[in-house]
Amino acid sequence: MTATPPPSLYKAQEPIFPRKVTGFFRTFKWWIMAVTLGIYYLTPWIRWDRGVNLPDQAVLIDMANRRFYFFWIEIWSHEFYFVAGLLIMAGLGLFLFTSALGRVWCGYTCPQTVWTDLFILVERWIEGDRNARVRLWKSKWDLHKWRLRLTKWFVWLCIAVATGGAWVFYFADAPTLLMNLLTLEAHPAAYITMGILTATTFLFGGFAREQVCIYACPWPRIQAAMMDNDTITVAYREWRGEPRGKGNVRKRDRAAAEKAAAEAQAAGGDQTARYEGTPYPNSPIKLSGGTATISAPVEQEHGDCIDCMACVNVCPMGIDIRDGQQMECITCALCIDACDDVMDKIGKPRGLIDYMALSDEDAERSGKAPAPLWRHILRPRTILYTVMWASIGLALVYALFIRSDIELTVSPVRNPTYVLQSDGSIRNIYDVRLRNKSGDDRLFHLSLTSEEILRIELEGRDGLLSFEVPADSTVLQRVYITARPQDPAATQNSTPLRLWVEDLSTDIRASQTTIFNGKAAQ
Amino acid sequence: MADRKVDKETGVETTGHSWDGIEELNNPLPRWWLWCLYLTMIWGLGYVIAYPAWPMVSGATEGVLGWSTRANVARDIEEHEAKNAPLVTALLGAEMDTLTDDADLNRYAVARGGAVFRAQCSQCHGSGAAGAKGYPNLLDNDWLWGGEMAQIAHTIRHGIRNDTDDDARYSEMPAFGDILEQEEIAATVEYVISLSSPDHDAALATTGSELFADNCSSCHGEAAMGDKDIGAPNLTDAIWLYGGDRETLTYTIVNARFGVMPAWGQRLSEEDVRAVSAYVHGLGGGE
Repeated sequence: MTATPPPSLYKAQEPIFPRKVTGFFRTFKWWIMAVTLGIYYLTPWIRWDRGVNLPDQAVLIDMANRRFYFFWIEIWSHEFYFVAGLLIMAGLGLFLFTSALGRVWCGYTCPQTVWTDLFILVERWIEGDRNARVRLWKSKWDLHKWRLRLTKWFVWLCIAVATGGAWVFYFADAPTLLMNLLTLEAHPAAYITMGILTATTFLFGGFAREQVCIYACPWPRIQAAMMDNDTITVAYREWRGEPRGKGNVRKRDRAAAEKAAAEAQAAGGDQTARYEGTPYPNSPIKLSGGTATISAPVEQEHGDCIDCMACVNVCPMGIDIRDGQQMECITCALCIDACDDVMDKIGKPRGLIDYMALSDEDAERSGKAPAPLWRHILRPRTILYTVMWASIGLALVYALFIRSDIELTVSPVRNPTYVLQSDGSIRNIYDVRLRNKSGDDRLFHLSLTSEEILRIELEGRDGLLSFEVPADSTVLQRVYITARPQDPAATQNSTPLRLWVEDLSTDIRASQTTIFNGKAAQ
Repeated sequence: MADRKVDKETGVETTGHSWDGIEELNNPLPRWWLWCLYLTMIWGLGYVIAYPAWPMVSGATEGVLGWSTRANVARDIEEHEAKNAPLVTALLGAEMDTLTDDADLNRYAVARGGAVFRAQCSQCHGSGAAGAKGYPNLLDNDWLWGGEMAQIAHTIRHGIRNDTDDDARYSEMPAFGDILEQEEIAATVEYVISLSSPDHDAALATTGSELFADNCSSCHGEAAMGDKDIGAPNLTDAIWLYGGDRETLTYTIVNARFGVMPAWGQRLSEEDVRAVSAYVHGLGGGE
């Protein structure tokens, strides 16, 4: 019974100093960063003319008036299902991309990744690349270190303020709000929101970084359920790379191999052994022993991985991809760039670390060609996700197009079901809500169609059947429908009718069916 | 700790809990998580000092910030009332008969009046204002004391047949059980029914018409159309406050009716009286 000490309950954050890397994926990620940040910072400043009564900001979430403006689309609070639909689409889209391409959301477009990337870029500009940063981290807090740290923190803070600042512009007219913010006249909510987002951006992008992905974010856990062996993800071709070995290890092994070969030759062997090992940089193997190729059994065991740690050094998550798939990996693909770079230098084919499907492992191990990409992508699950995603999308577009500028809701007043008038006629009361979504005041005319004789009147309109609904607003109109005592509608239980509304400026009509209750209804 | 289990793949100790062969690794928590825990404790301490927290025998500690939901509600109401102050001023200054001309003011008055109605009037008149036996239906176009806005406002302000307001609407129908014979009453009932219904005994009604002219027309009018100045109901229409069948009419004539309504001017603010008048006027019968 050995008394091993209990493990520590808490672990300090291990600092990570990602090295600079260049390559296809890095360039791709710079572009994605430029586009996503560009969209985020610039969108509130796009203007969109909607007429005098409506805001001219292309994308605006108007909380006070409960309106959402998106270019030519205006969504009222009762049409929130559009937003719900978009959120469901976003969810299904994530499912689709994750099942097809692994954690591409995490690696390329997640705000945490994008901002952390930006913060690391700033860090590198100010403090230098990996080695310089490691040295700085280890050095004492002297003037030099303070200067660099403060400069870095200041630039981070500026980015953080801009991030929090851009957010609030989505909720109010951006130019007005900017002036108000600068003159300290903006609503406290704007400053508080900016403050919180500045703090979180600064903290998450500058310090928490990978800790957010590993400990705080639920998505990595959920994603595990969406990935399978056909999912294209970042992986290390272990069968090609192992056993790994650095240059000096290889030199030592080669010497041993040459020695073994020489001994074999000296022993009079006429083997036609061949060298099949891996060469290493700037040291093309020149074999002794004339034209004879030699067998180098030890050397043969070395794979393509030269254990240069390039993949580990560039990793923003601080992991070693060669350990296999792991929860921490956000599949940012920077290790692919780093490794490809090294493979180019040592004259080996690229792709030791690569996007690949795990189901190809057996084929690749036995030297066969992997399955084509489309075979991995086109699976029942991805097709199902695509169909679901597209159906909701089409339904939303359809709902958007059949949406009318006029909206009519009719709620019959059923307390009481009918009113007896002094002349014996029967009156029903209806609360009619008419919504004018356009940017102009509009005049509407109300009428009814029914198989029975019914008369329509409007409360407070002096006998007129037309009334105005101001721009971008709803009017509640009390409507009276009356049946004379001798008409069937007055006595029978219910008479169906249709209320029509016509926009007198555009001739657009809308209608709703409802019921007229006579004396038999009780 | 002898039975500590270690996961072979990772070399990390497991918690020993196994689900379908999957064991939970006992990885250490990040240290910042511990700091966050301490931070929440400090926050909690500050919170109980700053805000109402500790329950006492009656109530709770008030907290140094003096924050309270009750005070917040009071402040919200105050803010709301301050915002509505111009409308209230306009409502108090408006001529009741032209109130509906100002759409915004009328909308405000109707909305405010609706709230007052549901709280104060619905007990008798019903939440939908449809009334009940003895309590007039306010949705129809029949008015005992007049359906113009000013008339409605007067009725609400001073009430009906109460003894608390000198300006209350007042009239009293005699109990004809002491004045007329049973047959005479039956004839009068038949005449009253004949005014609005073809289903009656014409001969008896003719007798009743003379009795009506002698006993009832001074208040209800020669043509029985009623008189809004004295709250005498129109007896020729389809609407009956207590009922239009023979039995109910007989009871009404024999015993008379004496409906009372409080003087709301004594209970409600002037703006509420005006608002509820506008609401009642806008229910459909307003003249």
